[in-house]
Amino acid sequence: MIHTVNKSPFERNSLDSCLRLSIKGSPILLLEDGVLAATKGTSVSEKVAAAQSDHPIFVLGPDLQARGLAEGDIAEGITVVDYGGFVDLVVEHGTVQSWL
Amino acid sequence: MAYEVNGKSFDSDEEGYLVDLASWNEELANLIAKDEEIEMTEEHWEVVNFLRDYYNEYQIAPAVRVLIKAVKKKLGADKGSNKYMYELFPYGPAKQACKIAGLPKPTGCV
Amino acid sequence: MSDEIEFNTAGVTKKFMYVNRKAPYGTIYALEVLEAVLISAAFEQHACIVFVDDGVYQIKKGQDTDAVNMKNFSKTYGIIAMEKEDADEDDDIDMVWRIIVEQESMEARGLRADDFVIDVEVIPSDKLAVIMSEQEIVISG
Repeated sequence: MIHTVNKSPFERNSLDSCLRLSIKGSPILLLEDGVLAATKGTSVSEKVAAAQSDHPIFVLGPDLQARGLAEGDIAEGITVVDYGGFVDLVVEHGTVQSWL
Repeated sequence: MAYEVNGKSFDSDEEGYLVDLASWNEELANLIAKDEEIEMTEEHWEVVNFLRDYYNEYQIAPAVRVLIKAVKKKLGADKGSNKYMYELFPYGPAKQACKIAGLPKPTGCV
Repeated sequence: MSDEIEFNTAGVTKKFMYVNRKAPYGTIYALEVLEAVLISAAFEQHACIVFVDDGVYQIKKGQDTDAVNMKNFSKTYGIIAMEKEDADEDDDIDMVWRIIVEQESMEARGLRADDFVIDVEVIPSDKLAVIMSEQEIVISG
């Protein structure tokens, strides 16, 4: 199973719920406003860093670019993927749970 | 559109479904049935009353599967079938029985 | 309610989970997920219906929507309880249904298991995470 989060962690609890209800090892993909959780030096950076010990975290590149964010703005250890990479992740992990 | 019963008018939508669920009565049901070319028998009433009770309790019309199961419980296995339902309501239990019961037109699959 | 079509789904039973996370009435999410659950029943699929975050308010007792002019669909969850009962009782139906409330979400909102219109299993998040990971199809709202 792969989890996706598309809401800003500064506005909604989607990321928190995702972290609470995902088992260790399942990947998390941040997309749309969810990509904001991947940026460095924010009030949620510590939480996201801690989550990385339990989950591989991916972020969707086109949504970063659209919001004026570059790879350099992204916290260490988070992998940027394009749409093709998104599809590969879903194919690899099967079931998707979307935290809307 | 509207139905007229004893000088009283009851609004319906363009397909003949009653607008105000609460305004329904048995005479009105008979009139709607007549428009549908259905002569109401005890068996028809049983289905119509079941639909109304179910709607009051759950706020939606039952799936046909649920309706058939309930009829089977009440009236026996020979009557708990799709075939029996279509004999009573040739143009479909969802459309016709709900209309006669004064319920909104069933949407989608549920 | 569909009249004419009967699908043969014999042997095609999957594990579905429905994740409800929004309070009712403010948005359409809750109603949309509920409709999907009812369709799932028609096709005799396994289903876990889960209430998380504000989704727990969907099944709160005592809802009265008359004054806001909307349908009180908390009553419709009674169908889910009924389907679960049928699935539990009828050995011919290969269908397992569970209705689950996440304990953390419930407690965070000052609610208890007897505040709900249907019987639920109250399960803590770590156990619910495992159940979620075992699903084949997850529909959320």
